[in-house]
Parts: sequence; C-alpha cells; structure tokens
Amino acid sequence: METVFTPWMSLAGGVLIGISATLLMAMNGRIAGMTGIMTGIIPPFSTDWPWRVAFLAGAVIAPVIYLAAGGAIPYAVPVALPLLALGGLIVGVGVYFGAGCTSGHGVCGMARLSPRSIAATVTFMIFTGLTVYVVRHVAGL
Amino acid sequence: MAKLFASLVIGAIFGLGIAISGMANPAKVLNFFDVAGTWDPSLIFVMGGALLTTALGYRLVFGRRQKPMFDAAFHLPVNKAIDTRLLAGSATFGIGWGIAGFCPGGAIPALGFGGVTVIVFTGAMVIGIVLARSLDGLRQKPAKAF
Repeated sequence: METVFTPWMSLAGGVLIGISATLLMAMNGRIAGMTGIMTGIIPPFSTDWPWRVAFLAGAVIAPVIYLAAGGAIPYAVPVALPLLALGGLIVGVGVYFGAGCTSGHGVCGMARLSPRSIAATVTFMIFTGLTVYVVRHVAGL
Repeated sequence: MAKLFASLVIGAIFGLGIAISGMANPAKVLNFFDVAGTWDPSLIFVMGGALLTTALGYRLVFGRRQKPMFDAAFHLPVNKAIDTRLLAGSATFGIGWGIAGFCPGGAIPALGFGGVTVIVFTGAMVIGIVLARSLDGLRQKPAKAF
C-alpha cells in the first residue's frame, strides 16, 4: 500500500514530540518514553500513577479533538488482526526487557547521547527493517 | 493539580505530534522500513525533528534548572549497561514493530480514533508486558534452599 510522502507534517509532528519531551523533563523531571510511562499504570500501579494517567489521557484525547476540529490524520492498517495481536504481544515483551521503545530510547535517550539508548535504537531499527523485509518480500504477506 | 494539568497538556502535545507525524499510521510506518518496496521516507523527518528539538530542549532544561518544577530531582536512567537483556529486548521489540507497524508511542495516541485494530494491538502489548514482568519476577527471585 502506497503512502504519501509528508516531510513537512512529519517534521512538524516530530518538533511537537520534542517540545513535549522537553516540557516533561522541565516540569516532571521524566523521560517521555511511552513504555516507561505506560508500564507504571499496569497493575501493580507505581506510586506516582496520577501524572501518568493524565499524560496518557492527553495523548489519547488530543488527536480526537484535532479530528473534530477538521484536521486530517491519515490512518490505514495493512495488517490482519491475528498478526496485530502477535505483533503486540512481541512488542510488549520486547519493550519490557529492552526498557524502552521509539520514544524513550529513540528520541529521549538518543537526544542525551546515551550509549545504551543508541545501542537499543540501532538494534530495533535493524530488526524492524529485517522483519518488514521478511514479511513483505519473503513470506509475501 | 498543577502537575496533573501540566501532564495532561504535555501528553496532548505528544499525542498530537505523533498523530500528525504519521507515527500512529501503520501503513506509513511499515513503508518507512520497506526500502525494497513502497518506501516512504517521511519518518526520517519525524525522528530528525523530535531528536533535534529534544536535544536542544534538554540542554536548555539541564543548563538552567537544578530540578524540575514539580519534583525534587530529574529522574534520569541510572542503568548504563549494554547487555544481552537490552539488545535481545530491543531486537524482540523490532520484530513486533515490523509485524504490526505500531510501536507503543504510536499506538496510544491512535486509541481514540483507530478503532478495533489499535485496540487489539494495545491489548496484546499490555498482556506482553505483564507476561514479561511475571517471567522476570520468577527469574529474579532467589532460589529456595532445599
């Protein structure tokens, strides 16, 4: 499935992610990593769960408001439900042991030039690329 | 209350950024990695914009503040180890991301508009985290003396 190249919207979105990461550090002193923030509200809750719930609520509500205000969010899932479930399960196990994902390691950790986050990011980018190649061009799904 | 309101707004900025950038759109994410097929390089601009902004922002924050506004100290990761746990976990995450096209930060902001697909992914991801955490808990318990 083809998607449209959107350098400006993607750049603008990236800058917003960076502003959010900066503000979360300035206000709460926290890394804006979705894995870390989310894991704190999967029982047993961490003691500082309220700000995590507020952050997640904001992240869910903002795109809905943007859509209601007439904004467009292109969205298509060219993956069957069983594979989405399998992928989700694997992602959950991976980000737990890897202690982070694209936001925590890929953005916040890399921005701090953390060798650990750079190693993690390079590793998952390579494995994501390999997996997409195998799924699309070897298995032909 | 101020901390909660700030967290809500900061989360909203994050979610809007993810949504308009294309990170919440599996078709676009998978195409970024599909260099041999329907390649869409847009996500380079997401990562570039996010990284540069965060790097500049962190410099400002750490240069000007001794502590964050709503906490006694900055909570920076203390684990510096590049070990099997980190690399195997990251590789596993990559495999799942390549299968589904959603990463955690891409999935959560799509929950409000993405319908059943993102709900199935997110539910499975939470189960994966719970499974991994309980496995890890079993492994790390000290062996019982017989």
